[in-house]
Amino acid sequence: MSKDIYVIAEQRDGKLAKVGKELIGEATKLAADLGEKVVGVVLGSGITEEAKNLYKYGADEVVVVDDPALAIYMTEPYAKALTAVIKECDPNVVLFGATSIGRDLAPRVAGRVHTGLTADCTGLSIIEDEEVGKLLAMTRPAFGGNIMATILCKHHRPQMATVRPGVMAALKKDDSKTGEVKAIKVEFTDADKNVEILEEVKATKKIVDITEAKVLVSGGRGIGGPEGFDMLKECAVELGGEISSSRACVDAGWIESARQVGQTGKTVRPNLYLACGISGAIQHVAGMESSELVIAINKNDTAAIFGVSDLGIVGDCKVIIPKLTEALKKYNAEKESN
Amino acid sequence: MKIVVCIKQVPDTTEVKLDPKTNTLIRDGVPSIINPDDKAGIEAALQLKEQTGGTVTVVCMGPPQADVALREALAMGCDDAILLSDRAFGGSDTFATATIIAAGLKTLDFDVIITGRQAIDGDTAQVGPQIAEQLHIPQVSYAEDIKVDGKALIVKRQFEDRYHMIKVQTPCLITALSELAKPRYMTVSGIVDAYEKEVKVLGFEDLKNNFDPANIGLKGSPTNVYKSFTKQAKGAGTVLNVTADEAVQAIMDKLVEKHII
Repeated sequence: MSKDIYVIAEQRDGKLAKVGKELIGEATKLAADLGEKVVGVVLGSGITEEAKNLYKYGADEVVVVDDPALAIYMTEPYAKALTAVIKECDPNVVLFGATSIGRDLAPRVAGRVHTGLTADCTGLSIIEDEEVGKLLAMTRPAFGGNIMATILCKHHRPQMATVRPGVMAALKKDDSKTGEVKAIKVEFTDADKNVEILEEVKATKKIVDITEAKVLVSGGRGIGGPEGFDMLKECAVELGGEISSSRACVDAGWIESARQVGQTGKTVRPNLYLACGISGAIQHVAGMESSELVIAINKNDTAAIFGVSDLGIVGDCKVIIPKLTEALKKYNAEKESN
Repeated sequence: MKIVVCIKQVPDTTEVKLDPKTNTLIRDGVPSIINPDDKAGIEAALQLKEQTGGTVTVVCMGPPQADVALREALAMGCDDAILLSDRAFGGSDTFATATIIAAGLKTLDFDVIITGRQAIDGDTAQVGPQIAEQLHIPQVSYAEDIKVDGKALIVKRQFEDRYHMIKVQTPCLITALSELAKPRYMTVSGIVDAYEKEVKVLGFEDLKNNFDPANIGLKGSPTNVYKSFTKQAKGAGTVLNVTADEAVQAIMDKLVEKHII
């Protein structure tokens, strides 16, 4: 019988990505409801030692396919490796990060093993079905975040889903935990390498990952222009955070798209999300509503952003933010002298 | 080069609004469009044809109204159009949809299949790779550029933090980012021609030997929708309409209270 939750923990350049740790954290809760185990799976070349780290984040077992054919991501060798893992281990659930790699690999494998796959989930839970017992309920946004749908995969196994990075919380790292790594051997042939990687070019400019920031000071159309972000940046520095943006500012060319929050941008869950001159379109809210504390400043007292804010300020952020930055500077200086 | 582009007709989701009273989607009057990534795929296909010669066939699965999307593609310059349409196809999830489209593609001779990366109504990005799997051909997703190299293609595949230049032999499937190509406008003569051309319709009877009927439609879909709902808004907190100095004080108090500073 199919059992256990398998988390495909993505690695790039031999380093585990954050999303895999988040998924293992989430999987430990689901596994408790199912009475099953969490198994971390790493596919790559020379990744066995790194894979052991998954124990520190909550995995009960770790499985690898460690082979030179998996050095740089190519669809077919990875699909073959993962299909072999599924055939050998017969998992109940398989989770992927909804990254470029996860969203390329998962549908290919789901097609091959003939099972269902739910894309880009933002919520997972276990429900009791009268007919088939415990099932994974996979919730995801559709229609640009306008509606949410909960999807089931009743009669095919494994139940598969890709999950948005930044939505689930990783467990606190426990360095005392370790364990053995189970290696699954897969024979690769030249026919599996049906594409040839001519060149790999990593982004040279350091891309700021806003999903990692604890504090985000975020700007919308109401900040007035590209210089508005200089003002926000100063405030963000005092808060130890980063700046981010609504789609409007990215479309206007005020700021780079890597900082965009929302349905077509990134999902963030910082401790503080300070929304400045952001109206709060549903597509934007979809990307920031899990933030711990939301403070919004907007001139329009009916702005939708106030509906998802813990504290709303009706006013002009161009006036309030510089004053707030000053207050923070004073506060930080006093704190330091104490 | 024989190129096939798979497109989807979608509601323009940027136009979808919520009814504030019932909290449901207002779909009336929302225009249907060719999915943006797919339209970039059409443009890329037309450019490939201009370089190498050949034909561009556009394929769409959907209700009879999707005829409009196919005619728009013809007016942009595609040579042929095929609509995969049957009541039996309704309710298909991505697996079943890919099964039907792959069955339709098996009736054609092709070197390259281009699909959009994802559709703006579902955002799954699954159908393209699942078609490639069913046809047992290689896929290259997130294409930002395509060049012809003899019988092969060289594709720039964009990831979050890097890109790859990938050489892939034909036949293959490529999923297009909207950055791949800026779609051209329809021409007047193109529109006239488009309405004189025939859109070939293939239904269940035409395709039943190309798929297992158990794998299509609602019943053939491994996944099903358990429930759908509009999002629970996070409850609104305090909204203050005070002077700037008072506002700053309120923010500072909140930051201290929540241990942000």
